Amino acid sequence: MNALSKDMSGPLALFANRLNTLAGPERQAAAGALARTGLPDRKSEAWHYTALRALGKQDYAAPPAQVDDGAVRALLDEVLRAHPAMAGLPRVVFVNGRHAPAFSALPDDVDLAFFAQAPRFGLQAAPDRDPLVALNTALAEDGLYLRVPAGVDGGHVMLVSLGVAGAEPVSFHPRHTVVVEKEAHLRLICVQAGQGAYFHNPVTDIVVEDGARLEHVTVQTEAAQAISLGTLYAHVGHQSVYDSFVLGLGGQLARHEVHARLGATRGVVHVNGAQRLAGQQVGDITSVITHAASDCTSRQTVRNVLDGHARGVFQGKVLVERVAQKTDGYQMNQALLLSADAEIDAKPELEIYADDVRCSHGATVGALDDEQLFYLRSRGIPEHEARQILIDAFLDETIALVTDATAQTFCRAVLAARFAGKGDVA
Amino acid sequence: MSQFLEISGLCARIDADGQEKQILRGVDLSIPSGEVHVIMGPNGSGKSTLSYVLAGREDYEVTAGTATFHGQDLLAMEPEERAAAGLFLAFQSPIELPGVNNANFLRTAVNAVRRARGQEELDAVAFLKMAREAAKALSMAPDMLKRNVNVGFSGGEKKRNEVLQMTLLQPTFAILDETDSGLDVDALRIVAEGVNRLRAPTFSALVITHHQKLLDYLVPDRIHVMARGRIILSGGPELARQIDQEGYTKFLAEVA
Amino acid sequence: MAGHDRAKWAKVAYPPIDYQDAHYYAAPRKKPGPKSLDEVDPELLRTYEKLGIPLHEQALLAGVEVPEGERMPVAVDAVFDSVSVATTFRKTLEEAGVIFCPISEAVKEHPDLVRKYLGTVVPAGDNFFSALNSAVFTDGSFVYVPKGVRCPMELSTYFRINAKNTGQFERTLIVVEEGASVSYLEGCTAPMRDENQLHAAVVELVAMDDASIKYSTVQNWYPGDENGRGGIYNFVTKRGACRGARSKISWTQVETGSAITWKYPSCILQGEGSVGEFYSVAVTNNHQQADTGTKMIHLGRNTRSTIIAKTISAGRSDSTYRGLVRVQPKASGARNFTQCDSLLIGDQCGAHTVPYIESRNMNARIEHEATTSKISEDQLFYCRQRGLSEEDAVGLIVNGFCRDVLKELPMEFAVEAQKLLQISLEGSVG
Repeated sequence: MNALSKDMSGPLALFANRLNTLAGPERQAAAGALARTGLPDRKSEAWHYTALRALGKQDYAAPPAQVDDGAVRALLDEVLRAHPAMAGLPRVVFVNGRHAPAFSALPDDVDLAFFAQAPRFGLQAAPDRDPLVALNTALAEDGLYLRVPAGVDGGHVMLVSLGVAGAEPVSFHPRHTVVVEKEAHLRLICVQAGQGAYFHNPVTDIVVEDGARLEHVTVQTEAAQAISLGTLYAHVGHQSVYDSFVLGLGGQLARHEVHARLGATRGVVHVNGAQRLAGQQVGDITSVITHAASDCTSRQTVRNVLDGHARGVFQGKVLVERVAQKTDGYQMNQALLLSADAEIDAKPELEIYADDVRCSHGATVGALDDEQLFYLRSRGIPEHEARQILIDAFLDETIALVTDATAQTFCRAVLAARFAGKGDVA
Repeated sequence: MSQFLEISGLCARIDADGQEKQILRGVDLSIPSGEVHVIMGPNGSGKSTLSYVLAGREDYEVTAGTATFHGQDLLAMEPEERAAAGLFLAFQSPIELPGVNNANFLRTAVNAVRRARGQEELDAVAFLKMAREAAKALSMAPDMLKRNVNVGFSGGEKKRNEVLQMTLLQPTFAILDETDSGLDVDALRIVAEGVNRLRAPTFSALVITHHQKLLDYLVPDRIHVMARGRIILSGGPELARQIDQEGYTKFLAEVA
Repeated sequence: MAGHDRAKWAKVAYPPIDYQDAHYYAAPRKKPGPKSLDEVDPELLRTYEKLGIPLHEQALLAGVEVPEGERMPVAVDAVFDSVSVATTFRKTLEEAGVIFCPISEAVKEHPDLVRKYLGTVVPAGDNFFSALNSAVFTDGSFVYVPKGVRCPMELSTYFRINAKNTGQFERTLIVVEEGASVSYLEGCTAPMRDENQLHAAVVELVAMDDASIKYSTVQNWYPGDENGRGGIYNFVTKRGACRGARSKISWTQVETGSAITWKYPSCILQGEGSVGEFYSVAVTNNHQQADTGTKMIHLGRNTRSTIIAKTISAGRSDSTYRGLVRVQPKASGARNFTQCDSLLIGDQCGAHTVPYIESRNMNARIEHEATTSKISEDQLFYCRQRGLSEEDAVGLIVNGFCRDVLKELPMEFAVEAQKLLQISLEGSVG
């Protein structure tokens, strides 16, 4: 019994059938919030630069139960082939938002469970504030629950999310939870890839407890027609470290939204990222870093390389609450425009309520440096190659920030496989 | 009879990164009117802390002891009250004040101190005349008055600017915290002459230094050696020469 | 106006204004208008008293650098409660061919000029408050500088909100023809009032080829008391169009007053090689709120813009810099440099920086830097060791912090502005 359908206008109507058949208080509350707000449009300050028009006009169905195993295997192989070390790492594979045990190689030292068996919505997600989180909350079917017990070094874990769509658009809304308990350590590598037209809408709830450390790298190589709108929450405890990096390469529309909260003293957060986009791609890295305790440090470096008609978006807010004295916050975002039709929209933002802080941000937008180009060419390097060298160097400076060597090499390999020899031709 | 400057059993600590660190552990020192005293000692012995505590820096907490200046409780006074009372600290690393014009800063300071001393404030013309003459005597480029306070100054220029301020504020007690460091011989002589011009029966100075060179020009009355937050040894000018030749090790070993 | 909405994105909070209840027009007391400046309220002219004083030494000490011979006399067009009551220096200006008069008069005497330009930079439908202004504006200033003329004096309108319960809706239009230039000063004071008053002025600037307009504002309207009672709501629309090649529009503002300030003096950089500048100091104390900044819209080739914004928050106030730099596809070679610095005094205030950077041209270069900090303890101690009181030390350091902006002001204003900064921060230390 549900009266929502008549309220659902705009893109939300594309999910109406599924939103009308929900059970459970969390899902119904989320659907209610959605009915009130609808999906965001550009009048919403948080979505000023990224429109959801790409969702199109066709209804999004839940993914079919049967999936072409050959297609999944091919996608997975491509991921694992990028770097020799990858095949040997423990991995949890999701296909169309559902755990696919046949393709997974589960890790030993950590505690695993799945949302499909025991739904966990976590405490950080705010469906009432963020419609895409509400959509996930309403429609989530499965997801990974991963816990690294106190004091344990969980090593590496790969979380591979594959989308395999046919003619009909499908959407999937996995709900993941990662808890790194006190003094524990985890290196998490998330990979998103796929084929066909699908809408991937993950929500990830991360807790890094006191003294713990999570190195988290996301490599997003979604299918060319895919839409990927993910939201991630991270709570960072006393003297703990959440060190994250996202490499955004795929999808027609992709947004990686991070809400990191430094909830206890002496925490450290890194929210770094890089995007390299071309064609008609729109890629959005949005973050809100909240300093809610004193003596914490946040660092953010985000770079965009935009070719063709691509549009890059960076929104980065650093919020320093009144209690967060001695905050040290630094943010830098830079964009390189490679074509006349590319566009960057950036909104770095400082919102500061504590006085004894050191916060700064910087932004630059421009083309490749003519002097550098000339210098390389004067040493005999052809222009095309010289440009490639400078573009690679620009992105590589962000990849160099990845502290986990395996993940760093993986990022470089994925970039090289995608762009080697392609230069900057629009 | 109360001394000019009397320090007794002075202990102070600082809260550094959440940890309390005791730096002064009972300093006893008295400086009579008209004398120049020198404090020498290895790095970290508390020399600069002593100068900050005497000038009233708030991040040092005085945990015991007293310091009186002209019989007044120095430790109970605000930094600007100490300045008005005649205490001047030449900073080891003079602070930069971006956007603050040096002449304006000097005049504001001079007039604040004059006001507190019941003297008439100087108008712009009189002040500039005085400042230019003082700057000239220190061989400072005239444009240093127009520049921002210490911003973009070389090490030597900063130290000269400190001495210029001292000249204009006319203190009765000056603490020179390694004012000689980073100066070449000529600059050293100019700075020393600046101090010597102030010398009078009513003027005393406490000079913190590592080098004998400055003392060749200043001719001190007493030398004190500081280590681990205390004055461990005092003597005449010959003590400085001895340290210059032999280092601190011998003296430290003797007290240990 | 129907369908218009007050912006929801600005970081200010105010009780809903009953626009029906606001008095849109209040004529001043019935008495003969002053014939010269002597008859104008002395308080109004406080700023100008300094004009006769030899200022050179004072300026040097204040850190104001104005090249010798740059000082110009000031012509004043005073606006009391929406009707211009005093215009001076008219004759000198007329000889130079400069028109400087109340806009009500310009409508009668120069109808073609007014018709040609009024509303072309800020259309009536631009935003809620500009629409309100367009519907009800009563007076303001009109300036026209003909081709090749360097206006022989600083022009100044001295706004003041006098009557109780009066919203102010001035309209200012400044048109500068090819190769001409003008410097315009706008000063604002408002006497103390318990109730909140609304000020929704519209200022339009038009600069043709090689023309230059410098528009300076010192705003110290009543900010409300220390409990946040009363004060002006300052919702102003200011925009300049650099229509001509190599034209230049420079906005300088020192905002210390008003309960709420909400203004974004902007430049539309249309002409090739045109230049937009925005220099701003915004000080808030007690319960004041300010959301201010600029928009630099780069349309033409090789257009350049510079933004220097200094924000100082004290007490329980909130201050936001909000600025847009947009480079359109045709603006090849465009350049922008933005520097925003915020200073917090005390731990009950907020300072925010919200730049929007949008580039659609690969040959444009945009640089943005922002910092937030408090006054360094080292600097405070250094000043106090030299005998300055804590309050004077803060004033000195704050003035130093704002120097890059203050030096853009005409000298008389700079001296005044420095004092205003100090006054605005009174009671914020210790």
